[in-house]
Amino acid sequence: MKMPVPDSGIIARRREIVEALRAIVPGEGVIVDENELRAYECDGLTAFRQLPMVAVLPGTVEQVSQVLKTCKAMGVKVVPRGAGTSLSGGALPLADGVLLGMGKFKRILDIDYANRCVTVQPGVTNLGISNAVAHEGFYYAPDPSSQIACTIGGNIAENSGGVHCLKYGLTTNNVLGLEMVLMDGTVIRLGGKHLDAGGYDLMGIVTGSEGLLGVVTEVTVRILKKPATARAVLLGFPTSEQGGDCVAAIIAAGIIPGGMEMMDRPAIHAAEDFVHAGYPLDVEALLIVELDGPAAEVDHLIDRVEAIARERGACYARVSTSEEERLAFWAGRKAAFPAVGRISPDYYCMDGTIPRKALPLVLRRMQEMSDRCGLRVANVFHAGDGNLHPLILYDANKPGELEAAEEFGNDILRLCVEVGGVLTGEHGVGVEKRDLMTDQFDEADLRQQQRLKCAFDPDGLLNPGKVFPTLHRCAELGRLHVHQGELRFPDIPRF
Amino acid sequence: MTITILKPETTAQVTEAVRWALSAGEPLEILGGGSRRGLGRPVRAAHGLDLSALSGIVAYEPEELVLTALAGTPMATIRALLAGRGQHLAFEPPEGGTLGGLVACGLAGPRRIAAGSARDHTLGIAGVSGRGEAYKGGGKVVKNVTGYDVPKLMAGSFGTLTALTEITVKVLPAPEDTATLLLAGLDDSAAVAMLDRALRSPYEVSGAAHLPAAAAARSGVSAIAGAGGAVTLVRLEGFGPSVAARVAMLREELRADAVLGRDESLALWREVRDGACFGGVAADGPHLWKLSVPPAAGPSTVAVLRRTLDVEVFYDWGGGLVWLALPSDTAASDSAATIRSALTAGGHATLVRAPEAVRAATEVFQPLPEPLMALSRRVKESFDPKGILNPGRMYAGL
Ligand SMILES: Cc1cc2nc3c(=O)[nH]c(=O)nc-3n(C[C@H](O)[C@H](O)[C@H](O)COP(=O)(O)OP(=O)(O)OC[C@H]3O[C@@H](n4cnc5c(N)ncnc54)[C@H](O)[C@@H]3O)c2cc1C
Ligand SMILES: Cc1cc2nc3c(=O)[nH]c(=O)nc-3n(C[C@H](O)[C@H](O)[C@H](O)COP(=O)(O)OP(=O)(O)OC[C@H]3O[C@@H](n4cnc5c(N)ncnc54)[C@H](O)[C@@H]3O)c2cc1C
Repeated sequence: MKMPVPDSGIIARRREIVEALRAIVPGEGVIVDENELRAYECDGLTAFRQLPMVAVLPGTVEQVSQVLKTCKAMGVKVVPRGAGTSLSGGALPLADGVLLGMGKFKRILDIDYANRCVTVQPGVTNLGISNAVAHEGFYYAPDPSSQIACTIGGNIAENSGGVHCLKYGLTTNNVLGLEMVLMDGTVIRLGGKHLDAGGYDLMGIVTGSEGLLGVVTEVTVRILKKPATARAVLLGFPTSEQGGDCVAAIIAAGIIPGGMEMMDRPAIHAAEDFVHAGYPLDVEALLIVELDGPAAEVDHLIDRVEAIARERGACYARVSTSEEERLAFWAGRKAAFPAVGRISPDYYCMDGTIPRKALPLVLRRMQEMSDRCGLRVANVFHAGDGNLHPLILYDANKPGELEAAEEFGNDILRLCVEVGGVLTGEHGVGVEKRDLMTDQFDEADLRQQQRLKCAFDPDGLLNPGKVFPTLHRCAELGRLHVHQGELRFPDIPRF
Repeated sequence: MTITILKPETTAQVTEAVRWALSAGEPLEILGGGSRRGLGRPVRAAHGLDLSALSGIVAYEPEELVLTALAGTPMATIRALLAGRGQHLAFEPPEGGTLGGLVACGLAGPRRIAAGSARDHTLGIAGVSGRGEAYKGGGKVVKNVTGYDVPKLMAGSFGTLTALTEITVKVLPAPEDTATLLLAGLDDSAAVAMLDRALRSPYEVSGAAHLPAAAAARSGVSAIAGAGGAVTLVRLEGFGPSVAARVAMLREELRADAVLGRDESLALWREVRDGACFGGVAADGPHLWKLSVPPAAGPSTVAVLRRTLDVEVFYDWGGGLVWLALPSDTAASDSAATIRSALTAGGHATLVRAPEAVRAATEVFQPLPEPLMALSRRVKESFDPKGILNPGRMYAGL
């Protein structure tokens, strides 16, 4: 993984740049001290670290606009940052760039139950939104596991999802409006409190754009009423194939559970040792299926799911009978990552999506890769939508293991694409999967995406080095090759 | 104008046609089923690019919740195929036309409030840009955040960015049962307040509409036409026992007057979806406008309009979607200005039915603030720098 070579000319002008920023954001809002900058040197993908040239923490939209405009005028790169929990290096700073921290944008601006939406600044945490409306029985549906820490601005940039997203959608399906600042300082608004924004669906492009198109300064999201009940079933299977079959059969029966998560044997054991959730230890695959809705519906569907599971060879089934028990079922799943962290000095969390039917093949091939490279792998995944999270266990202190883990991870993601899936289901491309983009997209696909980037940021100053394997100049991407005098479609039918 | 219609049968031929159009400087009007050419701004192009021959299902796997089809595939084919496996497109698209036309128009029906619109279900696309380049975007699985979400941008772009050749959509189980609660005689604001109450309940309401007396009287469903006044409608869908339980609870909570069973419910919501009480979008008749506003602002927006315009209305999406019918002799550009100035709480208004001359002379889609328009122009240029695809369809010069 190589980042673009820092521009020494820019670094040489650091003092001048800092002064320009101080003129916009006074006092402690501009950080130059190396020790203080350490706080920003990486995000959740800690294998890559880089101190930014300078960090700036604006407090108003006007300041964000001025910072971007000034950076554009000076040709300085900018990396936006929320809480820094990205797992793909999306918020990794640049040695010749400004880190733009949105941490001061922490206000909830408007709670509007009549229109069932909430407007917040981008630094509000995901859970903060749900908490603000919980007393009225509402919540914000997308629930990344990092929800206590990650910000809604980061969620927009990453199009984050969680356990609920098969039924309730990702961030993109729950955003109504955005205010954002373009690299030239222009402030634009997309959508609002109404459905269907009108004009081109730019909100659709911005959501999941990993901080490459603009800096989000305000967000309006839909809120939903909490389902009346939720119950979960714990299902164990002798083979992962049977677990996968059961998932397909549940969906084929017309049931879309509120959550459907699967763990393989190593993950089950690690989780059980850690939280004592009461998981069976003699199964190869464990499925947690949660049904939510009115009590009558949940009771009806729980019975159906249990029956389907028995038909598909479940050797273990337990239905939660209390809220405590339901939470206990989830406790193991939710602690799976730290649990795996206890059985290995380090682990590397991958994130790819596959068509669910390819699961047996993918698990088998992963095992072969694991045997070959000598690194163990534990699997936790969102079974409903085929989003895998293989955890590769390694020891960073052993020479070569980090590299081997990365190589193994890349092979897994290539395999996901090979079976018809995609490189990332929720963590984003960032720097981590950037160089694999050519495995999923061909040149024309990537050129068109980069042209979109040019429409927002023609100088390529916003978060460069992320997502796209090759940095193209907009002028070159904009060229149009028109071939005069080509045959006039001799073989296309005409009327 | 001499109209030549090119009807490519392969993506390679679509590419060839667009490249020719580029080199000849001749714009193309993209046609799907051609069922709705009378909507939106008229495209001035001497040549049509008819994509209806690119038809057929590429892959359908019910358990994966994904369907891929060529863009010219008739919606009727897709509906029938999905219905055979108990599935559907959850956003409740209108009948007719092709999958490409549907996505290009970015539509949704009453289930919009619960299930989203075409954009929320479009997972992947392949097509030919106005640069004559074949490319793809998105993917073919339900969960994907790899690269920009180009498929979403295609939804509602009215064929101005790319001639779509293949589309992957998310499909979902169709509800087993459905029923509608009916409240009679409420005025607009009481009705929308009631819909809000229903939508604030935890009972997963999937349709929330209000038909004032005149609109209700034109319904083909006898319980509605015979109500003798305004009707307010709340739809519940799902598994049988669940619908029964929710109907019972919500009926009590809202003190609903009646409950319509499955068949009447299905017929009624088709009417709501198609704006049938105003004759639908494709027929002649009064000018038809579609307003998208914050739901609670629906009635007050209409109240303002009623003061100066002779409008008939009905509400969907809990008040967020307002259909307006205006007599066909209204001066459209005046009414456009009046309607848009009433949108003080935010939102937008689209003229969805009027004769061609009127549409050519009116801003059919909500004009955008200048910075957004400038950005939209740059986005258009990134796909179609020479304005070859459907020029002027959405906005003049775009
Ligand atoms: C333990 C753990 C569990 C996680 N579980 C999940 C999960 O279940 N699902 C999931 O989807 N993700 C998960 N993540 C990943 C991460 O939490 C999400 O990607 C999250 O959305 C990042 O938010 P953030 O505020 O931390 O953003 P950051 O990490 O600070 O930034 C992420 C990206 O967003 C950009 N960005 C941030 N703020 C803005 C803004 N205001 N405007 C424009 N761009 C901006 C940055 O430039 C960067 O590219 C997990 C992470 C951890 C550490
Ligand atoms: C402004 C407007 C509002 C509408 N609102 C409603 C509504 O509320 N309710 C309703 O029932 N119907 C509505 N429609 C009708 C809608 O167009 C049809 O339901 C259906 O989508 C048309 O399908 P078709 O294949 O016949 O498309 P056509 O009539 O052939 O084309 C429709 C549009 O899609 C483009 N298009 C078609 N195929 C492709 C393709 N493969 N690639 C790129 N672009 C393509 C066309 O250029 C054209 O702009 C609306 C249409 C418009 C223009």
